[in-house]
Amino acid sequence: MSDNNGGLTGAYFLDGDHACAEGAIAAGCNFVAGYPITPSTEIVERLASRFPDTGGTFIQMEDEIASSIAIQGAVWGGAKAMTVSSGPGISLMMEHLGLAAMTEVPCVFVNVQRGGPSTGLPTLPGQADMMQARWGSHGDYEIIALSPNSPQECLDLVIQAFNLSEQFRVPVLFMMDESVGHMTERVVIPSPQEVELTPRRYTKLPPGQYLPYKPADDLVPEFAKAGDGYRFHITGLTHDERGYPVMNADCQTRLVNRLVDKIRNNVDRIALYHEDSIDDAEVVVISYGITSRISMRAIRLARAEGLKVGHLRLVVVWPFIEKYVRSLAGQVRALVMPELNLGQVVLEVERCAAGQCQVVSVPHAGGAVHHPQTIRDAIVEAAR
Amino acid sequence: MSDTCELENPVEKLLRADRIPHIWCPGCGIGTTVNCFARAIQQCGLDLDQLCIVSGIGCTGRVAGYLDLDSFHTTHGRAIPFATGLKLANPDLKVVVYSGDGDLVAIGGNHFIHAARRNADLTVFCVNNFNYAMTGGQVAPTTPLDAIGTTSPFGVCERPFNLPFLATSCGAVYVARWTTYHVRQLTKAMVEAINKKGFSFVEIISPCPTLYERRNRLGTGLDRMKWFKENTLIRNGSDTRYADIGFQEKIICGKFVDVDHPSLLEMTEAKMADLLSRRRWQEISRRQRKPIGGEAT
Repeated sequence: MSDNNGGLTGAYFLDGDHACAEGAIAAGCNFVAGYPITPSTEIVERLASRFPDTGGTFIQMEDEIASSIAIQGAVWGGAKAMTVSSGPGISLMMEHLGLAAMTEVPCVFVNVQRGGPSTGLPTLPGQADMMQARWGSHGDYEIIALSPNSPQECLDLVIQAFNLSEQFRVPVLFMMDESVGHMTERVVIPSPQEVELTPRRYTKLPPGQYLPYKPADDLVPEFAKAGDGYRFHITGLTHDERGYPVMNADCQTRLVNRLVDKIRNNVDRIALYHEDSIDDAEVVVISYGITSRISMRAIRLARAEGLKVGHLRLVVVWPFIEKYVRSLAGQVRALVMPELNLGQVVLEVERCAAGQCQVVSVPHAGGAVHHPQTIRDAIVEAAR
Repeated sequence: MSDTCELENPVEKLLRADRIPHIWCPGCGIGTTVNCFARAIQQCGLDLDQLCIVSGIGCTGRVAGYLDLDSFHTTHGRAIPFATGLKLANPDLKVVVYSGDGDLVAIGGNHFIHAARRNADLTVFCVNNFNYAMTGGQVAPTTPLDAIGTTSPFGVCERPFNLPFLATSCGAVYVARWTTYHVRQLTKAMVEAINKKGFSFVEIISPCPTLYERRNRLGTGLDRMKWFKENTLIRNGSDTRYADIGFQEKIICGKFVDVDHPSLLEMTEAKMADLLSRRRWQEISRRQRKPIGGEAT
């Protein structure tokens, strides 16, 4: 079924890439710039064909660098914008992830992760960009990253990604992977009435009184778009509340601390995770994205052997739920973390566990998903 | 009435007084270009609230910050794709890209040629001072053959870009080149470029007395202005293939290209209007083919 604005509603058989595109439309996204790259291309293909109906604009730029800044120009022009890529393209976008963090542009970067480094495995899954998502651009900043594990979540969570980007004026990374992107399942697209959207935080102050980088109580400044008479200045240089460049340590300290604190102080509001049988667990598996689905199977195998195994699935991976994992580490014998990388987010788990329990990494270089037996073996070994 | 004579700089209203003094060196030509730009936008009679200026990084990249407009100082080389997104998101805005040669045609060269190719609705002003000035005078893709830069201490041995030819061959619909000596011609070219639909481009040759002129022993900013006066050839309509700039050779200036082609927005709108009316027609015809209430007709 299609509504007057071209949005779809109802149950569809979609892969994760297509679901992500529909989720973006449901979130009100009306500007996408991208560049073809496997395994993310289907997202931009679907948007290119769907946007005429929904009133959005798609442009295929000359490269990912251009795509990742065109969306920011569009946001200042009043659009809700997203760009889409995978490994090598995401590496090129890091420059503008930093610009979006610095100039506080609400936007979404979708990364359908594949095997790396470099050209790596274009058609096969990986989760090895998780630390890049967190630290990939230079300088200190905080971002938000979500990791869906099904086509349905590709739809639901990309809406959430837009909402978080608007709430905190921060670029949000949507960390899919090839498996989730190309997996086809039943996807229910909610009607527009069922979708809760966070509006952009437009200022109500008149020009003359408005300062583009004066933070509100939650450290997030109000937004004004180009063409509304505010005559604001936006720069990637260190800037004061007026948006003017200021080259000294005081201004740097104020600005960078605020960019970091607006996220760190709100970890509890941003956090999204699923728990399963944590309370009496001796071993807890921590996972995200496609690996969480393999973990569920491994946990069933281990439970069949009488082990008390819990599951913590991170939906928002960054910012990391430090307090939660720290207290969890005090309750269990071991935390087991399978990832399609050679141990990335597990480093955060180890840091937070701080020696309170054993932390077991179950690495995988990518190109396939874990065999459930491998994770089951790690659980059994950790429980011994 | 005050009995003192009140003089107001006619372009003062367009500048951010609270950001002055600016960072440019004495004798630099960038300020002159800003003056011309301010007069040009006054002459265009634009609604200034609808005018956006986008710069990249470098000495010219600082122009955006001094103008009292919605202004964006973006990343190195990326002013054009930023401006493309801004314009597409709100086509009512007038979007001007104002940056330097290193920014626009070295690191930003790919964006430059593609924006020209797609005839993006942008006006691009490129201040060419023949070197990377912000970082201390390194060789640029515009540095004339044999000229000295800090990274070409024995003289450049690469051919430089001929920017008007580059822009023309990629599809720019308006192409001109002037020096900072030609303030009236430059202002007029800026007015024409701003009023042009599609990708318009003006190269502005500017002195950089602190670096390029000093290292190449070409004198002060004033010496350079005199040199521009005596060594430019005005050749309106000239074939841009012959607009190369050799070291201390005569510089060809003028309006080279002024043609009309549908712009990116015009092409997009035409395509979408056609597509949507076709889809609507299909929908209507589908509805008409539906049987109505089982009545046989």
